[in-house]
Amino acid sequence: MSVGLVIVSHSAKIAEGVCELAAQMAADVRLVPAGGTDAGGGAARIGTSFEKVANAITKAGQGDGVVILTDLGSAVMTAEMALEFLDEDERATVRLASAALVEGAVAAAVQAQAGGSVEDVLRAAEEAVVSIRPEALEPFVSRSAAAPGTAKAAAPEGPSASGSWVLPNDMGLHARPAAVLARGLADLDAEVTVNGIDGKSVMLLMSLGLGKGKTVSAQAVGPDAEAAIELIGAAVEDGFGEMNEDGQH
Amino acid sequence: MALDAGWAQEWLRAAARAVAENRTHLMELDRAIGDADHGENMDRGFAAVVAKLDAGPPPATPAEVLKAAAMTLMSTVGGAAGPLYGTALLRAATSLGDAAEAQPDAVVAMLSAARDGIVARGKAESGDKTMIDAWTPAVEAAATAASAGAGPGAVLAAAANAAQAGAVATDPLVARKGRASYLGERSAGHRDPGAASTALILAAAAEAAGGPG
Repeated sequence: MSVGLVIVSHSAKIAEGVCELAAQMAADVRLVPAGGTDAGGGAARIGTSFEKVANAITKAGQGDGVVILTDLGSAVMTAEMALEFLDEDERATVRLASAALVEGAVAAAVQAQAGGSVEDVLRAAEEAVVSIRPEALEPFVSRSAAAPGTAKAAAPEGPSASGSWVLPNDMGLHARPAAVLARGLADLDAEVTVNGIDGKSVMLLMSLGLGKGKTVSAQAVGPDAEAAIELIGAAVEDGFGEMNEDGQH
Repeated sequence: MALDAGWAQEWLRAAARAVAENRTHLMELDRAIGDADHGENMDRGFAAVVAKLDAGPPPATPAEVLKAAAMTLMSTVGGAAGPLYGTALLRAATSLGDAAEAQPDAVVAMLSAARDGIVARGKAESGDKTMIDAWTPAVEAAATAASAGAGPGAVLAAAANAAQAGAVATDPLVARKGRASYLGERSAGHRDPGAASTALILAAAAEAAGGPG
């Protein structure tokens, strides 16, 4: 099983839509919307509901952990309250992400689908902002979430390696291969740069938009540099497992 | 009257009436610097609280009343006021404990616990143009009144007056928390809706106690 996601929004339509979008890339992940508030009967209204969020956490969890993503202000506060009401054991498996809702949910779902731990999924969500200028995000999110990687430690030392390959598969470096690469690289002790971006970030890899025939260039520095380059090379040359015997997709 | 379970019920009923009467006013305040839903949200939430009081068995302690109200507000208000007032009343209930009625010092402790809960939940400070700017002067005025020997009703009256003054004092402030903070300097010149509803709610607490006594 995988980590489940809870999407908390003031709008029921946004919460459902984000789940729908993320489900395209993560068919087996439990994605539970908790949008709007429908107290008093009738159609869902704009707002957030403690009861809805608490129920969604239970539904998404099932013992495998939950990452919660939220939109504005009171959604965060309502989610925090719901966390306070969980018993200690369940609380230990639930994380509240400080992330852009749509980008974070997609990245988190891909990571959950790939079997990531609750911490992996949380990190994927929080590092997922790639398409907007970080300074434009305040006061919506913290700067560390808006500009992933800016707080990196000193430059890594150790052996280095590099390589470049042409993408052979029709779909190129799309979501699933990006998740495969990022997850494989995450376990290695090396800083890996792929076409100028952090190779351990699913969303950054996807944002390169590399299609069939484009070149993937990677540089790695650190004790596992050699292994990182081998991993990328093997995966690309294999077309991420998407090649038929005759070399066609 | 003694600040017992009956007082707590009457407090919430009076708050519901005040919020209903000021529904349009609160929405207008919120329309200027927010999303215009504060009056509607609060009215719906407190109406749900009254419905819950009507349906439930007679409570034994004021804490029971406040806790039930907190849970109802958290799931019915919808906006930021839900978790904020929900937390405030939960902490107030915890502070009162099993006491059948609240003495002046307990009233101060209750208001202080409520204020601390809102600070913890909303992460706002004094001067951010939020409901904290009504709560903090209310807590201070209550403490001053209690230490001067005022009765529980007079302590609540002092808190209510200070909350109203605190709400008025948010007019010139520039918001640093909540939706209004997105407006920056343009938020100045408007009263914070949360501070305004805090003043109404604390006035209801004093009214339910029957004024100084």
